[in-house]
Amino acid sequence: MNFQAIAAIYTFEMARFFRTLKQSFISPVLSTSLYFIVFGTAIGSRMEAVDGVAYGAFIVPGLIMLSVMTQSISNASFGIYFPKFIGTIYELLSAPVNFLEIVIGYVGAAATKSLFIGLVILGTAYLFVDLDIQHPIAMMSFLLLTCLSFSLLGFIIGIWAGNFEQLNLVPMLVVTPLVFLGGSFYSISMLPEFWQTVTLFNPVVYLISGFRWAFFGTADVAIGISLGAIGLFTLACMGFIWWIFKTGWRIRS
Amino acid sequence: MSVIVSVQNVRKTYDGGFEALKGASLDIQEGEIIALLGPNGAGKTTLISTICGISSLTSGAITVAGMDIACDYRKVRAMIGLVPQEIALEPFETVINSVRFSRGLFGKAKNEAYLDEILKTLSLFDKKESKVMALSGGMKRRVLIAKALAHEPKVLFLDEPTAGVDVELRKDMWNTVAKLKGQGVTIILTTHYIEEAEAIADRIAVINGGEILLVEDKAALMARMGKKQIRIELLEPVPEIPTKLAPYGLELAPDGAGLTYTYDINAERTGITGLLNDLQAAGLQMRDVQTQQSSLEDIFVDLLQEDGV
Repeated sequence: MNFQAIAAIYTFEMARFFRTLKQSFISPVLSTSLYFIVFGTAIGSRMEAVDGVAYGAFIVPGLIMLSVMTQSISNASFGIYFPKFIGTIYELLSAPVNFLEIVIGYVGAAATKSLFIGLVILGTAYLFVDLDIQHPIAMMSFLLLTCLSFSLLGFIIGIWAGNFEQLNLVPMLVVTPLVFLGGSFYSISMLPEFWQTVTLFNPVVYLISGFRWAFFGTADVAIGISLGAIGLFTLACMGFIWWIFKTGWRIRS
Repeated sequence: MSVIVSVQNVRKTYDGGFEALKGASLDIQEGEIIALLGPNGAGKTTLISTICGISSLTSGAITVAGMDIACDYRKVRAMIGLVPQEIALEPFETVINSVRFSRGLFGKAKNEAYLDEILKTLSLFDKKESKVMALSGGMKRRVLIAKALAHEPKVLFLDEPTAGVDVELRKDMWNTVAKLKGQGVTIILTTHYIEEAEAIADRIAVINGGEILLVEDKAALMARMGKKQIRIELLEPVPEIPTKLAPYGLELAPDGAGLTYTYDINAERTGITGLLNDLQAAGLQMRDVQTQQSSLEDIFVDLLQEDGV
C-alpha cells in the first residue's frame, strides 16, 4: 500500500477545500437557513406534527441528506474530473499507485468535505429547531456512509463526464429529484398507497428513512433494510470503480 | 553499460483503429541521453506514454531495469519521471505544494531539503510560494521538470521540454540535463529542435510512422551521414565550369561567382588538394573559401526523404 500517495492526494484535495473555505461554509448555512425560514417556520408552523415530530425538526435529516448527497457527488466528481480536464491526470496514471489508493485519496477528501458540510447544517438546524438526537452513533454512521457512498458515485460521474455539462447533469437531473421524492420533506406514509410502492424503488428513501430513525426513532423502512441498502450501494460503486481502473475506461487510452 | 529500458516489438492501436506504433523496438542504455527524433505524429509521445503507463500497449513487451512495466508497475513507475509535452498543472496551487504532491504520489517520504535543491537548480526557488497560474510559460515548464524530479527518478522522459521556451531557458535546461546525466540519470528526450539533440544527446533514435528507423551513436551518425562542403568565391565570375574541373561535380552559383564542392569526410581521399590545384591551373582566382558540415537536421531530413515522407 502506497500510504504516501494516499496522504499526498488527500492533502492536495483538501487544500482545494481550504482555499474556498468561506464559500464552502457560507453556502450551506445560507441555503439551510432559507429552508428553515420557509418550510420550518412559515409553512411548518401551519403543519401538523409528523409521527409525533414537529415539522421543522422532521425535515432536518432530509435537509442534511440533500446537501450531503449533492455535495459528495459534486466534490468527488469535480476532484477527479478537473485533473482530466487540465491534463494533470498523466501524473496519476504514471504513478506507482493502484485504484484503491487513488479512490481512498480522492473519495476520502470528498467525503470529508461533505461530512463537514453535513455537520455545519446540523449546527445551523440547532439555531432554528429543538433537536434531540436519539441514536447519535447511528446518526454519525449513516452520515459517514452516505458521504462515502455518494462520493464514490461522484467519482464515477467525474470519470464518465466528458465536459462540465455532463458533470452537472447527474446531480441536477437524477439526484435532486430522487432526494426530493425520497421523503426529505414528508413521510412516505403520507403518500397514496400506489405511490408508496413506487417510492420504494427510490434508493434514497432508505437513506433518509434510516437517517431519520437515528434522529427520532421512527422510520418509514426498517433500519436493517436501510443499512443493507446503503451497504449494497457502496459495494456496487466500489465494484464499478474497480472495473474502471481494470479496463482503463475513459481514463487510459 | 547495461540496458535500463527495453522496448521489444511494441504495437499500439488506439480505440479509433489508428496504429500509432507498429512494432517499435529500442534498447536504452543506463546513464545515456538518447534523443528520439521524428516528425509530428511519428509515435514519439505514444511510445513514451506507453512506457510510463499512461497508454496501455496492444502487443509487445517493455521492461525497465529488467522488470515488466505491467507486472512490476510499482517498482518500475517509482523509477521513472515524466515531463509531458503539454503544460498540465493545477493552476490554483503553489509551486512547492505541486512538487510535494508529486513526491508523495510516487511514494517518497517528505524531504524538504531535497525539494528546495531541485527548485534552486531550476531557478524556481524564489517562486516557491507563488501560485502556478501566476508563472510564465517557461517557469511552468520548469515546474513540470521539478515535479518529474521530485521522487528522485533513475529514468527521466522529457517530451519536448523546450517547446516554446526562450533561448536562455533552453540553455539552462540543457545544463540541467547534463547535470542529471552526471548524477547517473538516464534521459530520453523527444524534440523538434534538432540542434537540441545535437547539443546534448549521446545517441539518436529516429522514429517515423510508428517504427524506429535507426538508433545510432550521435557522433557516428553524423560522421556516417555527414557531408562536408567547400564554397569557393571567385574573384571573376565564370559563364560555366571549365571542363578540366568536370570530374569534381561542382555546382556553379547562378551569378557565376561561386563554386560548391561536396565531399565525404569519411572518404580516404577528399580531393581537396587536387581541386585547389586544378582551379589554379584553370586560371580561376579565389576571393574566399568557406567550409560547412551538414547538421543533424540535414541528416534527419535526408533520412525521412529516404523513408518516403
